[in-house]
Amino acid sequence: MTLSDTLNYTITTFRSHRLRLSLMLLATAVGVASVVILTSLGEGAKNYVINEFSSMGSNLVIVFPGKSETTGALPPVVGEAPNDLTIEDALALQRIPGVTYIAPINIGSAPINWQRRERETVILGGNHVLDIIQDIQLDEGEFLPDIDPRETRPVVVIGAKIREELFGSQPALGEWIRIEEYRFRVIGIMQEAGTAMGVNRDEVVIIPIASAQQLFNTPSLFRILIHTQSREQIELVRDDVLALITKRHDGEEDVTVITQDAVLSAFDRILNALTMTIAGIASVSLLVAGVLIMNVMLVSVSQRRAEIGLLKAIGASSQQILWLFLTEAALLSLVGGLIGIALGVGCAELLAHLYPALPIAAPTWVIAAALSICLVSGVLFGVLPAKRAARLDPVTALARR
Amino acid sequence: MPAIIQLSNIDRHFQVGDQTVKALDKINLTIEQGGYMAVMGPSGSGKSTLLNLLGLLDRPTGGQYRLNDHETTTLSDEQQASIRREQIGFVFQFFHLVPRLTARENIELPMLLAGIDPDERHQRANKVLADYSIVDRAGHRPDQLSGGQRQRVAIARATVMQPKIILADEPTGNLDRANGHDVMEIIEQLNRDGITLIMVTHDPELGARAHEQIRIVDGQIAEHLRR
Repeated sequence: MTLSDTLNYTITTFRSHRLRLSLMLLATAVGVASVVILTSLGEGAKNYVINEFSSMGSNLVIVFPGKSETTGALPPVVGEAPNDLTIEDALALQRIPGVTYIAPINIGSAPINWQRRERETVILGGNHVLDIIQDIQLDEGEFLPDIDPRETRPVVVIGAKIREELFGSQPALGEWIRIEEYRFRVIGIMQEAGTAMGVNRDEVVIIPIASAQQLFNTPSLFRILIHTQSREQIELVRDDVLALITKRHDGEEDVTVITQDAVLSAFDRILNALTMTIAGIASVSLLVAGVLIMNVMLVSVSQRRAEIGLLKAIGASSQQILWLFLTEAALLSLVGGLIGIALGVGCAELLAHLYPALPIAAPTWVIAAALSICLVSGVLFGVLPAKRAARLDPVTALARR
Repeated sequence: MPAIIQLSNIDRHFQVGDQTVKALDKINLTIEQGGYMAVMGPSGSGKSTLLNLLGLLDRPTGGQYRLNDHETTTLSDEQQASIRREQIGFVFQFFHLVPRLTARENIELPMLLAGIDPDERHQRANKVLADYSIVDRAGHRPDQLSGGQRQRVAIARATVMQPKIILADEPTGNLDRANGHDVMEIIEQLNRDGITLIMVTHDPELGARAHEQIRIVDGQIAEHLRR
């Protein structure tokens, strides 16, 4: 029996049992679709987080005050509060080999005014290299000037949305805006960039770090961003940074140094595990579909006893009967799987459309995996009914009416 | 005429609970090529079992069955299937057509299993459709056919592989008199063309038309008549 004959014959069996066929296809399709949709969501979440972190800039080492570890059972009574991270620390780090740029930053929120318009805004204190490290592009004007980080200067670079809301269609460059009681001259306008690390860059204004410290009345820094020459140096720089700060803070290791790579790979691991878990849960529905296929095929075998007996009488071997039923199972799961993939990809696209912030997309490996799991489970669950059909005694099968 | 079928000491025993039922017991039988034999006997006597054994649908529990001078009892499932495909045609009382397939598709089924290519299948099916005057029924499904037409389709299916032997199990048992007569005519014409015909029946009138008659009672040949 040739393959095309086998397929054609199998299709005739579908022709006569439309309801049964559509139920089986539905079960399989729902199983496959749920695998595709859920893993797409998982992948979407992962990509979202990874995108957030990569938009921080690359080859990055980040220092922030405080130690993220738990020591001792009781809260310390005296003098264990971490030292502040200061501009002097940042300047000292400049001398570490492999370091190209250092950007001390501070962050806070304050109302900004221009003429009568006012809005609450995220204020970022930075320096002249922040744009390089964070990959900030300007639409107009220029970025912060290269000045001593201890020196204040009344200049500001504003986000695209701030510009829009404060100035509307009027020119913003060169205008003076007020942040609390200080006045700043707009020297640059950022390009639209969207969200990074939970901060919408379009709604941020950037001022020199010393001015930000003055504004928020603090001597400390929120973070120090360190850009390294190359990826390979990240670990080395990390260790040097930690050693240097510890030395400067009287031997106390009171800062946390993270690398973007470490963060990324940690998130990658966690979110991959999450995706796999979700996929595993979704696969249960495929299993259910497989059991259903087995069930329905067992019924089909007993309903088609006479037909199987006849096929044997007119010269089908047990092997041919086995193949016939396995083909049926495989074809069912293939068609069901394809419908499921179409359904799943469609739903994923719809979700992506509804939630544009989340990069939901069905990755190719998910589609391939879902389809192959579906096929394998379909065929595996088809084995039992197919064997039963192949073993059927033609004499008793034909004797019954 | 040389023998096409030789049975020697064929047993077919079934185990029912702790009892052994001897459906066939030490059967010795020779059928000549081109012969026409009726197998008679009361129901439950073992005549259908004999037909199934002859058609290699069932295996004897003892004895030898030589078909065309080849021992069949030692053949594998695959080899037996190929003999059924190439040399034996079955005609059943209840036709056993596949209900979802058209007459033509039913007739092509044995050729499908044999892997014959579609063009030749089509031609051969056309020929038998014409032979049994059911050309205009080729596209009909069994439930759209009369009993006589169904049995013609079944006979067409049984003969399309040009077998040497036709095994018929009460071929007219489910037909009215006129149709039964027609079907017998067709089957006997096959025999006149050289095909060995073995027919199970409990109708003495039909049995009397055969060249040879055997009567099976309690799994044994009680009577063997030649004309």
